[in-house]
Amino acid sequence: MAEAPARPAARKNPAPKPEIGPVNFSADGRKRRALTIRLWSIRHARLLEWFYDQFASTLLKLHPLFARVGYDRAERPVSTVERGVKGFLFDCRMCGQCVLSSTGMSCPMNCPKQLRNGPCGGVRADGNCEVNAELPCVWVKAWEGSRAMKGGDAILAVQKPVSQALRDTSSWLRVTREAAERKASA
Amino acid sequence: MSPDINPVDPSLPLDPLPGHSSRGRLERVLRRGEFAVTAELNPPDSADPNEVYERAAIFDGWVDGVNAVDASGANCHMSSVGICALLTRMGYAPIMQIACRDKNRIAIQGDVLGASAMGVQNILCLTGDGVQGGDQPGAKPVFDLDSMSLLETIRTMRDEAKFLSGRKLSTPPTVFLGAAINPFVPPFDFRPLHFAKKIRAGAQFVQSQYCYDVALFREFMKRVRDMGLNEQCYILVGVGPLASAKTARWMKNNVPGVHIPDAVIKRIEGAKDQKNEGKRLCIDIIDEVKEIEGVHGVHVMAYRQEEYVAEIVHESGVLKGRSPWKREARRDESQVVERLEHLLNRDAVSPQEMAGRAAHPEKV
Repeated sequence: MAEAPARPAARKNPAPKPEIGPVNFSADGRKRRALTIRLWSIRHARLLEWFYDQFASTLLKLHPLFARVGYDRAERPVSTVERGVKGFLFDCRMCGQCVLSSTGMSCPMNCPKQLRNGPCGGVRADGNCEVNAELPCVWVKAWEGSRAMKGGDAILAVQKPVSQALRDTSSWLRVTREAAERKASA
Repeated sequence: MSPDINPVDPSLPLDPLPGHSSRGRLERVLRRGEFAVTAELNPPDSADPNEVYERAAIFDGWVDGVNAVDASGANCHMSSVGICALLTRMGYAPIMQIACRDKNRIAIQGDVLGASAMGVQNILCLTGDGVQGGDQPGAKPVFDLDSMSLLETIRTMRDEAKFLSGRKLSTPPTVFLGAAINPFVPPFDFRPLHFAKKIRAGAQFVQSQYCYDVALFREFMKRVRDMGLNEQCYILVGVGPLASAKTARWMKNNVPGVHIPDAVIKRIEGAKDQKNEGKRLCIDIIDEVKEIEGVHGVHVMAYRQEEYVAEIVHESGVLKGRSPWKREARRDESQVVERLEHLLNRDAVSPQEMAGRAAHPEKV
């Protein structure tokens, strides 16, 4: 004799669970390599800070050249180089408004919440990300990197929200141009 | 009777006071130097306004502000704007939470104006939990602003009467600005400095994450005092009862940013009545943190145990006999009744008699 079908166990939350969970960070291939290099850059924040200072003054010296060629025409080659170099070192996302010098050389666009002003309240006890347990918190690393830098206290400045209008443009050129204009008006 | 009620109608803003940026009750209580109590309303999964009113009524006479959460934990519920619209109608003092997860800067600035127009006097600026932890992990995370730039945006709207774009506002929102702090997770050295940064961005009060580790909080407060931050910002400590050791473990592992020491879980586990022990623990923590210099209040988060808030507040004695606002029959209603009675019962004098008295005052 067939038994009466058992009543399904009462559940408090009958909402179905998604079959495929959130995509977690997979520590393989490109991503792992990018993370390893990014963490190297943060460990060497002091060195990169020094290099960046030299590089900025070199670019500023090139201002007459950029001005003659036209900043618009320089945009494409420079941003291509910038994307390659910063993409390799910092896993740069080309937000177009680089704040690496204020974030201990830890690119804040790598934070799943893209926070620009410090960690959220969800950092795990081991210093990893709330969203992705395998990823070290971008801001825990930023704090460590900033402590190694001479101008590390720039991390205390409140940053403006990202302007999506500047996405994929060269931050180097913009900063150089602004510096040159400031110099000219001074 | 609480002094923080608009005598005409409790749902209207209070008279502006010098040095106050909002016209709400919470700011007045804090600026007077009283120990403030706030609580969190569990938002309904419903379109019925009565569910909001019922859930708010449980806090009547015990709290100075009610947090209207904005899809906390990235779970979908009635919106904080909607809850605030309902609460302000009744005269409650909601603290509207805004999370950066779901709305971009255009929507957020619009909501701030709308909320202020409805009488919302307190706004709490949050980053928001990641969508991965919520009931709809496939949602697009927005995070156009972060808690810091959100604070700065609303402060600019209020103090300079303009949008982030610079466009003018004809009437700026008058709000008391809040933020969240979590001293219980890394990077510990940076946390007090991060708090200072929030104050620079515009935070006037902060509510902390659940505090179960008083020693850690003491250490944090010591640095806060050394930096003088407790004089620039009101600090409300987040507390809450744990229903059982099992819940505590679950929270520790699943709710981002909640730190519960093992000793706390052991204490609850060892008790006969775990629920009661969780409540006792909450009261004990309040007793400890209220004595820490620089603490201005507590924020009681009793998720699904809201009925205990009154008991916890009462037993901890933090109100010191003060009774916060309570929903009562509208005062103008009683005024109308009084006036009518007066009209009906006063000594009737006919117009002829009055004219006679005026003409011959010597006879009277």
